[in-house]
Order: sequence, then C-alpha cells, then structure tokens
Amino acid sequence: MASSKKGIPKNHVIGFILSLVMTVAAAWAAIRSDLPVTWVIIGIMVLALLQAGVQLFMFMHVIEAGSGGGHVPWNMMFHGFALAAILVAGSLFTMSFGFDHGDHGGGSGGGDEQFEEQPEEHAGH
Amino acid sequence: MHITDILVTGEPIIYAAMVSIALVTVAIVFLLTYFKKWGWLWREWLTTVDHKKIGIMYILSALAMLFRGGMDAMMMRVQLAFPNLGFLDSQHYNEIFTTHGTIMIIFMAMPFLIGLMNIIVPLQIGARDFAFPYLNALSFWSFFFGAMLFNISFVIGGSPDAGWTSYTPLSGAAMSPGPGQNFYLMGLQLSGIGTLATGINLMVTILKMRAPGMKLFHMPIFTWSTLVTCFIIVFAFPILTVALALLTIDRIFGSQFFTLTGEGLPMMWANLFWMWGHPEVYIVILPAFGIFSEVIATFAKKRLFGYNAMVWSMIIIALLSFLVWVHHFFTMGAGAFVNSVFSVSTMLIAVPTGVKIFNWLATLYKSKIEFTVPMLWSLSFIPSFILGGVTGVMLGMAAADYQFHNSYFLVAHFHYVLIAGTVFACFAGLVFWYPKMFGHKMNERIGKWAFWLFFAGFHVCFFPQYFLGLDGMPRRLFITNIAEWLPLNIISTVGAFGMGLGFAVFVYNIYYSYRYSERETTGDSWNGNGRTLEWATTTPVPFYNFATVPYVDEIDPYVRMKEEGKTTFDETKLKPIHMPSYTGQPIIMMSFLGLASFGLIFEWIPVAIAGLIGGVVMMIVRSFDYDDGYYVSVEEIKRIERKARGL
Repeated sequence: MASSKKGIPKNHVIGFILSLVMTVAAAWAAIRSDLPVTWVIIGIMVLALLQAGVQLFMFMHVIEAGSGGGHVPWNMMFHGFALAAILVAGSLFTMSFGFDHGDHGGGSGGGDEQFEEQPEEHAGH
Repeated sequence: MHITDILVTGEPIIYAAMVSIALVTVAIVFLLTYFKKWGWLWREWLTTVDHKKIGIMYILSALAMLFRGGMDAMMMRVQLAFPNLGFLDSQHYNEIFTTHGTIMIIFMAMPFLIGLMNIIVPLQIGARDFAFPYLNALSFWSFFFGAMLFNISFVIGGSPDAGWTSYTPLSGAAMSPGPGQNFYLMGLQLSGIGTLATGINLMVTILKMRAPGMKLFHMPIFTWSTLVTCFIIVFAFPILTVALALLTIDRIFGSQFFTLTGEGLPMMWANLFWMWGHPEVYIVILPAFGIFSEVIATFAKKRLFGYNAMVWSMIIIALLSFLVWVHHFFTMGAGAFVNSVFSVSTMLIAVPTGVKIFNWLATLYKSKIEFTVPMLWSLSFIPSFILGGVTGVMLGMAAADYQFHNSYFLVAHFHYVLIAGTVFACFAGLVFWYPKMFGHKMNERIGKWAFWLFFAGFHVCFFPQYFLGLDGMPRRLFITNIAEWLPLNIISTVGAFGMGLGFAVFVYNIYYSYRYSERETTGDSWNGNGRTLEWATTTPVPFYNFATVPYVDEIDPYVRMKEEGKTTFDETKLKPIHMPSYTGQPIIMMSFLGLASFGLIFEWIPVAIAGLIGGVVMMIVRSFDYDDGYYVSVEEIKRIERKARGL
C-alpha cells in the first residue's frame, strides 16, 4: 500500500503517450507506408521491443529504487518469454510444418521449409 | 436507421422473449420504486468494493446465465427429439447452440467460480479484501456489461450463429454479415478485460496478503487452485484478446487476417482460439478440483491426502495445458508428426489428473463420511468425471479422433467433464459456503432432491450421446429424423428435462431456505467440521473479515485452534482497520465501455468513439482520485465483534 503522492505522474504520462505513438506508427507502417514488406516487418519488430521496454521501465517497476530490486518482475518476465516462445514456435510448427503432404516430417530442416511452404499452401486454394 | 431494422422480427419465440424481458424490467423498476430501494441498491450493491458482495453478484449473474443457457439447451433437445415438429428453424438452431456454448463457458462457469473465489479466497488466507478492491468492482462490471451485451443479441440485431468457437472463415464478414458475430467478439472482449484483471488481482492478493506465517504450502487447497488458475488466466487471456481484436478488425475495418482472400489464414483463428481455449478449460476445472478437495476433506473429517502431490499436479496440469491445443483440430491435417506430438502431450495430462483422483479416494479411505449435499455433489463427481476423462483420452488419440471428431461422442465427452467437473463443483461450493454468504444453510432435504434429479438427469441426458456419436451423429446438426438415432435422442431429451427440474428445485431451495432455514449462530457451520480460516470468522462475516489477523503456520489451522479452544479474535490486539471506500466509478466506466462496444457491434463509429471517450475520461478521473479509504475505529470493531461472538 504505497501512499499516493499528489501531482502528475510524469513517467506514466510519458510512457502512455510513447506507447500510443508507437502503436500508431506500427499501424501506419503496415497500412499506409510504401516500405517493402521486409522493412515493415523489421520496423514492427523494433517497435515491439521498444514498446516492451516502455512497459517495463515506465510502468513495471524495473528501475524502482525503493524496492531494492525486490519488485523486479523477473519471474513473470521469464514466464512471458516462455509463453511467447510457445505461441510463435507452436504456431509455426502446427500451421506450416509438414504441410506438403508428401514428407512425413522427420524434423530435419523444418525451420527453413516453413517459410517456403506457406505460399504454396495459398496457391493450393 | 429505424428501430425495426435492428430488432429481430418474425419469430413467435422471440416476440415472447421480448414481452417477457419488458415485463421483467417493468416489474423490477416498479418493485424498486414501490419499496423505495433505489438508494439501497446503489449504496449497498452497485457501488460496492467489498469482495463478499461482489462475489454474491457474480454468483447471482451466473445463476441467471445458467438459466438462460439451460433454456437454450432444452430448446435444442426438443428440436432433436421431435425433429418433425418444426419447433426451431435452422438459423434459430444455429444461434441457440452458439449462445448456449458461449454463455455456459464464458458467462456461467467462469463467473460462478470467480464469484466463489471472490468470497472465499480472502477469508481463507486471512485478508480483509482484495489487493485492489476498486479493480475488483471494475472486473465485475466489465463481465456484467459484456454478458448483457451478449444476451440482448437475440432480440436486437440477431445472435451469433457460427458456434462458440466462431471459426473463420464462417465467422468472417464475407460469410456472416451483420451484427451477430460482432456481439460475440465485443461481448467476449469486454468481459475478458474483467477476467484478466481478476486474474492479476487474485494473484497479487494471494501472493502478498496472506496471514502472517502462512507459507504458500500452508494455503488451503482451494486458494492454491485459485492461484494456479490465475497464472493460466494471465497467460492465456491475452491470446484471446489479440485473436478477438484481429477478427474484429477483419470484420469491421476490412483487414484480412483470417479471410480466404488476400493472404488470410483462416485456420490461424482455430490455432489462436485453442491456444487460449485449452488453458480456458483448465481455468474452469482447476478451481472445481479445489472445491471438491475442500468439501471431501471436510466431510471425510481428515486432512486432504497427499496435499503436496495435489498442489504439484495442479501446477503440472497448468503447464501442460499450454502444450496440447492442437488436439482440438487434429483433423485440420497438420500431418502425422505434429498430431503425434500433441497426442502424446494430451495423454500426459491424464497422469496428474489421475494422481488427484487417487488422492481424493485415499482421503475418503477408512474415513467416517458425512453425506451432506455438498459431499453428494463431490462424491458423484469422481466416477462421472472419470467417464469424461477416459473418453477424453480416447479423443486424444489423433488417429481415432478422425472418427470421433465433431460427433456426439465429443459432445458427450465435454459435457461429462464440464458438468460433472465444473457445474457439480459450482453447486457443491455454493451449498458448502452458502452459510458464510447468507447466514443460513440451504435446506438439506430439498437439496438432496435437487442433487438426485440433476445427477440422474445428467447421466440419462449425456450417456446416450456417446452412442449417438459412435452411430455417426454429428454435432450442431439440425435435422435428425434418422430412425436409428431417434430413440437415443428422446432418452437424452428426457434427461435434459430432468436436469432442468433439478435446477428448478435448487433455485426453489434458495427461496425456501431464505424463508425457513435456521439462522446460523456460530461461524463453523458444518457441525464444527471446518478446517480452514473461513470457518473461523463469525457469521455473518463482518465487512472487515478479521478483527485481528491470526498467525498461521500449518495446513488446516482452524482444526488446531478449535482443539486448543482459541479463536482468531484477540481483543487486546485491536487496531483501527483500513478499509477501501465504496465508489460508483467502476460501474460508470464500464457502462461507457459497454456503450462503445455496442457502437462497434452495429459499426456506428460515432457512438463507439463517444463511449471510448467516456471510458478514457473515467480513467483520468480515477488517476486523480486520492480517496485512500477510511479507518474503522477500535470501539466500533469491539462493538461488532462482541455482538457477533456473544461476549
């Protein structure tokens, strides 16, 4: 129960505005800009990392001095990364692995195939 | 835009529903005005931040939703038993099975369990409220407005009709135009905010606000199940949020994430949906396991057998729940290797679940069992749930699943786990903790009638469905006048009405007990068999729960307290108690967001923007809200406690 200090919480306001700006920038890059797809993806990735940084440093007590590091949410960050890994790797695995119907997927070279196979799948429709 | 454009017209059942909604609304407004209860309603309930009152509101809403979902179910069963009657047309049938599934999972099972957690968890860990009481009220109202939004769809705009899984491309703009699917998306999105917030709230409450001395492995098992559930909620719900948002953008703003054209990936919806959806089924079953564990230990009058194994098996179930989602769509054809991986991970879940079953049996072994109503629900859960679990393992075999997939075998399986698991637990938990909530028990004799009717009806309803599935009857089928299926379908419908009757008796029991049940004088309502801290409080529970917070360093602390003749109350240690103030902000903020959602459903962008602005303004108001609550004076606590304890 932290006692609330009166006044404008500068960090939070700046963080909030920054995260809005970065969200709009990402939407603009995807919808309106004429950048090549590769650059759009790279741009969105970079913005995502920055966004995570804003959340951690401006909202999530990572640099909170008073707590002596006791509030640093390492535990939850680890779980978050684990979940993101399951989400991304799992989706790639289920949605594109072994979709050529001929190969029974021994597991070798799966990573490279995935990206090549996806367009074929669409051509099939 | 004319009013008749958005109202659903042309069906006698719907007109009857409109009339009854109007009559009920008028009746409620009249009664509140006649008895001058508007102020009371606002001051005591709508603005409350007390976890006990919020829990009661959750449970009342969940019971209403159980009624709504149950009516849907019985209409479906009538159609299936009498296919030539023309009771429902195909569109109406599609809408009903969609709303039945969505309401039962999202607006019945979860709120019911969250309601029980709300009331019981702070009492079990010796806390005075949630870590964030304001946020708790916000969660409730977000669920409430989400549920209302979803429920009005059948008279305004038309209900969603693409199944509770809402698979794309069927649920996309091209194949399901109109507001129906938007109701699904926005209703779930709005109530999902509340669920996520509750997950965080309860997690912080359990991790930070336990009574002094209480280590994690001293916590009551229901609190443990809540903690594990909160982790699943916090990690699974963002996936649903994103999936719903992507589909909303698809439908309203014309993007192509899940469409057939423009490089969309329709099956990605199924993938994301079940990445949330599978953890979701553990969100509704783990708290149920917790409730059964409490009830069984109490009425076997023994400490729960294998407490540590119980906790670890829940944690392992939670981990595995994120690794099995593909078994819901083996037939997508991801390939033998992918399916095999998920087949194996699915079967692994049977191991910790089996551990739990044997621990319950071992708790019962050689104990003097008291057959109360909550115990009956818990004991009947074990064999019924095993039937559901074993057929689940059968469905988990990828090769066999190609045969069972989307047949009534699957329908029977998930009703066996969800009803025998979650619904039985909701009833068991409500009856078990009822004296803590309302100060009197539910009538045992009527309660047993309700139990036996529901229990028998459940098996008569769903057991035949396994065989219907094996006979090839697919789910979500509207025309079933095939001679081989008819007898089993009729038996199943009889069972469904038995369950309906059981529910009616249960609700009647609430009224009957309110009128005639003896009022509780002690806090330890079940013949002094309570084992955990919630039974150490007085009944009715004072708004601050514990006048003095006890020191706890063991499992089932109340057993020893009773042996030593102690209570949690120590008048010499009284200090002023810091409590949060009631506030009307949560309900106002969420009604604005409800308005925004309503605008998005009909794609009236100005309305949506107005609602969103209102929501943001309320958030700014909250940001500059310096109300730090108030203190209850020692004299007042003394007065309340002396009266409650008869000192």
